[in-house]
Amino acid sequence: MTVGTSPIRKDAVAKVTGKARYTDDFTMPGMLHAAYVRSTIAHGTVSRIDTSAARSMDGVEAVFTFEDVPDTLFATAGHPHSLDPDHVDVADRLLLTKHVRYHGDEVAIVVASSKLAAKEAARAVVVEYDELPVCVDAASALADEAPSIHADGNVIKSHEFIAGGDLNTAVDGADAVISGQYHTPVVQHCHMENHIAYAYMDDFEHIVVVTSTQIPHICRRVVGQALDMPWGNVRVIKPYIGGGFGNKQDVVLEPMVAFLTTRLDGRPIKLELDREECMTSTRTRHSAILDCRAAADEDGTLKAVDVAMTSNTGAYASHGHSIPSAGGAKSCNLYPRSVIRFSALTHYSNIPAAGAMRAYGSPQVIFGLECALEDIARKIGMDSVDFRIKNVARKMDINPLSNKPIRSAGIVECLEKGRELIQWDEKKRRFANQEGPVRRGLGVACFSYGSGTYPVCVEIAGCRLILNQDGSVHMQVGATEIGQGSDTAFAQMAADTLGISYDKVHVVTTQDTDVSPFDTGAYASRQTYVVAPAVKKAALELKTSVLEYVREMTGKETASLDIVDNNVVAANQPDCVIASLADVAIDAYYHKQRGGQLTADVSHKTRTNAPSFGCTFVDLEVDVPMCKIHIHQIFNVHDAGQIIHPLLAEGQVHGGMGMAVGMALFEELLVNPDNGRVLNNNLLDYKIPTFVDIPDLGCSFVETMEPTAAYGNKSLGEPPIISPGPAIRNAILDATGVAVNRMPMSPKVLFTHFHDAGLL
Amino acid sequence: MKRAITMTVNNRKLALDIDVRSSLLDILREQGLTSVKQGCGVGECGACTVLVDDIPVDSCIYLAAWADGKNVRTVEGECRHGKLSPVQQAYVEAGAVQCGFCTPGLVMTTTSFLERNKGKKLSREEIRVGHAGNLCRCTGYETIVRAVELAAKKQNEE
Amino acid sequence: MFPIEKYHMAESVQDAVRALAEDENARVIAGGTDVLIRLHEGHKDYRNLVDINSLDALRRIWQEDDGSVCIGALASFTEIMDHPLVQKFVPVIGEAVATVGGPQVRNRGTMGGNICNGAVSADSACAALVHEVDLVIENVDGERTESVIGFHAGPGRVNLKHGDLLKYFRIRPENYLNMGAAYYKYAMREAMDIATIGCAAGLHVTDGAISELRLAYTVSAPTPIRCAEAELAAKGQPLNKTTLGNIAQTVEQDVKPRTSWRATKEFRMHVIRTLAAKVITNAAWKIGEKIA
Repeated sequence: MTVGTSPIRKDAVAKVTGKARYTDDFTMPGMLHAAYVRSTIAHGTVSRIDTSAARSMDGVEAVFTFEDVPDTLFATAGHPHSLDPDHVDVADRLLLTKHVRYHGDEVAIVVASSKLAAKEAARAVVVEYDELPVCVDAASALADEAPSIHADGNVIKSHEFIAGGDLNTAVDGADAVISGQYHTPVVQHCHMENHIAYAYMDDFEHIVVVTSTQIPHICRRVVGQALDMPWGNVRVIKPYIGGGFGNKQDVVLEPMVAFLTTRLDGRPIKLELDREECMTSTRTRHSAILDCRAAADEDGTLKAVDVAMTSNTGAYASHGHSIPSAGGAKSCNLYPRSVIRFSALTHYSNIPAAGAMRAYGSPQVIFGLECALEDIARKIGMDSVDFRIKNVARKMDINPLSNKPIRSAGIVECLEKGRELIQWDEKKRRFANQEGPVRRGLGVACFSYGSGTYPVCVEIAGCRLILNQDGSVHMQVGATEIGQGSDTAFAQMAADTLGISYDKVHVVTTQDTDVSPFDTGAYASRQTYVVAPAVKKAALELKTSVLEYVREMTGKETASLDIVDNNVVAANQPDCVIASLADVAIDAYYHKQRGGQLTADVSHKTRTNAPSFGCTFVDLEVDVPMCKIHIHQIFNVHDAGQIIHPLLAEGQVHGGMGMAVGMALFEELLVNPDNGRVLNNNLLDYKIPTFVDIPDLGCSFVETMEPTAAYGNKSLGEPPIISPGPAIRNAILDATGVAVNRMPMSPKVLFTHFHDAGLL
Repeated sequence: MKRAITMTVNNRKLALDIDVRSSLLDILREQGLTSVKQGCGVGECGACTVLVDDIPVDSCIYLAAWADGKNVRTVEGECRHGKLSPVQQAYVEAGAVQCGFCTPGLVMTTTSFLERNKGKKLSREEIRVGHAGNLCRCTGYETIVRAVELAAKKQNEE
Repeated sequence: MFPIEKYHMAESVQDAVRALAEDENARVIAGGTDVLIRLHEGHKDYRNLVDINSLDALRRIWQEDDGSVCIGALASFTEIMDHPLVQKFVPVIGEAVATVGGPQVRNRGTMGGNICNGAVSADSACAALVHEVDLVIENVDGERTESVIGFHAGPGRVNLKHGDLLKYFRIRPENYLNMGAAYYKYAMREAMDIATIGCAAGLHVTDGAISELRLAYTVSAPTPIRCAEAELAAKGQPLNKTTLGNIAQTVEQDVKPRTSWRATKEFRMHVIRTLAAKVITNAAWKIGEKIA
């Protein structure tokens, strides 16, 4: 069996040798390059635009402005299409805009023979504006006198749910209640490969778009919608991609390159964003204000949690309101025996547009929730770990929102394991009653998450398996490998179910919407959970085809046959090889009278959604006068069901933890509140952690068996980013007594808090 | 503005007539060495790291003209006869590869780092400082540190 | 591809200063870690380049007969920090440049560029100020020497005239002998960052008392600065916690931190005070002295 072991990932050699080809590694003769003209103000309308100087520059082929693009509003969120008219994404984008809504908005685009020529010409386009007032936050965007950023006003949507009982009864009856306001920042994905796409035409109708995307099939649809053309005329190809983290779960460049090639006779046109553009003009994580209450009895029973979230989506809706609603809903599995109220309001503002980012609203919601939980545990004088253990989900608890049973839950075991790993009890005693400038503290926080988007969205996955002439198998999936290792996990699953070795499964890592099975792509930590049944079904179908063909070859009954170690064997006597798979394949392909290509092609809809769980434990040191945090130890412990590939699973956890430490301590995309200018649109001023800013990362698993999953597995890609932030906040509180209720807990923020608390 | 330069790239002598406005990254990619990735264009991310006379530089902020007469190494030249270099092998085994975009630059940084520190016992701190010019957003650096430790161990056993 | 409009690869110092004199828009490019970033941004002021990378004479690090340590303007940060003469005589310069960026940037970036671009946050500036480094400069009229004290004229501005080429730094023995010196870079990250505040101290101690303190800061005023008032307050005082506390208070008179989006004035002032004591303590350790 290879599931549960760690074979070398399918793309490792391609990547360490530089042979893996990303979008920019493909060029075509005569390729043109495009560069945007971006607004230099955050809000206003273009009063004059002069492209004459740009047009006359060497190498310039064309300049298009907002006057030249289709008047078709389109939505960019990488969601599956919805048949429910009340559940469609907000269509608020044009390819180029006269009404600019953030600093960096797209008013024109230049196409030239080189990237440098395009950039230089873009700088030569003269744009004048009638400026409008700038709103950067909830207070300004929701004020009565606020200008309308979009036609229907500045509120995208608000909603509320109460689950598990009556909130007021629960709160009023509780022994203790706390409330607090918690803030999370705008952060950016900072995948190492910037957004890039190119397009060309095969004839007068068919457009080919090659792009760094997480969602090729959705991208095809959105390009079709934006250009008002049949979706089947758009072919989207996804080669290797240099990270996405949700930012490429949005359709950003593809409609533009498709438009440009249609306007330039089908010539190939590449559009590659600089890092500075990618930081501000793709998507970010929504900043949030979380007004929270928690109520508990003195025996440690959590009676109620109440989270009111205000989410700032910036200039365009993108994933807008679905982010808070997903974050709220996915948290209901964590403390299912309490009353939960969650409300959210999402508004526009004149800052860069927010969209999907790793864990999709949960890091925001859980920051508020787990800070509030810490505060109520401290108020009733209960140990932080004991309090959580008492209240977290048990197997077969009922999720109060969905009314569905939680069929696997290892969160209690995760907390117990984490407590031992970090030596919680011993350190708690050691760190008690500290004085002086440097103090140690312990923190814990939990999370729950989903495995996919069902029942909010459709969950559809496809897998095609082909028996090659040499007995190996080619696998095509519509799900996308974006670095997380999904190709490898699917190969392991197929190998085990088919009875062949891992090295005999070749995975086509490129998705091509003209060729690949349909799947909506990499997001929501869905792929191992929702693609697994498709893989399993396809593997079983192919196995059946092989065995039926062997019956035709040998006359032996199918039921008496099995496939073990790349051979067809007698089921009751696996040592007895009847034929190698290679022999079967060559016969099937080339026998003149019988056989044919043996394949399986499966499309599968998943109608369940398994909650995954986990927690973070941290031991850190606060240097109060230096306003700095040093993490001594940090552990994430996860219940992601059965682990398909332990080494890759660990890699997902480390990566999420690293990103979480960045959000907790360093990262924030800053805008000037007066004029909306982005202040730190580069990797020097936007502080993602370097090698020396991240501690050694500890990771552990509690392996439950999820009965709804094809291989017992649950989500793992996004969850590791959720709980480190609040755990770090709780540890700083433990060390200093100071509650820092906002991320990032950077030196300048710590200075203010320590100063106000009288520590400085 | 053209300029004639010669350089050795992965043991291959190249005589080129370059545009002086080009970075070394531009020229190497034009030569098909697409392992050299641009992640920022300003020397902040290290994805474009190559070795010039065995010293790691950000090729995005290194004029191609400066490579005249120099020996340039990219990750394409590190495997020989279908066999990965010890550093590449360690990255594969340690699970240090995810999206892979930062990987070629990191492999070159590690290669140079270990060549300069042959025989030394390296602390995690020294490894981290020696790699601080390369950003990775996928791994939290943990498995990369392990890969460097693994490659160092193998190097010191030889 | 950079938007370079004119490019001249200088073949000698004379050739470089001649090329600079001939084009009023010409700029020197050394390691490129600053100029090429400006060009990446499309900056108009850096499009005519005089490239000095062929001038290997400017890459040397050597000692003169009188004991002066000389560092060529084109020596990379890595070459400086790894050089035995630097490590032996002026280690704080090595410590300071070791905090620049990351390894790749240090392999190309030069101390010449770091001082000549006038950056308020220049990591080598504090150490240069503490060692009162001389700058040996050439132009078509000949060679001259200026002290780094007073060389910085404002944010991004230094006392170089058009056509000037910095050849090397000279640190005279009286500016390093018997001095304990330390540098601390306070930044948000531990690598690849610019200083929120940089601080260096050079310390002479006689019989447990401070005979001379040289205290320098970056990002604490419109230019990197020395702290006259704090240095005066330290003179002759016992090397103890009370003195350090006084210095940390007095330094407020020397600095003028400002509020920017990176940090508030109050936070910077707090860091300035905190670093004074920390860095002087470290400087004392270097000459075997402890804070009483």
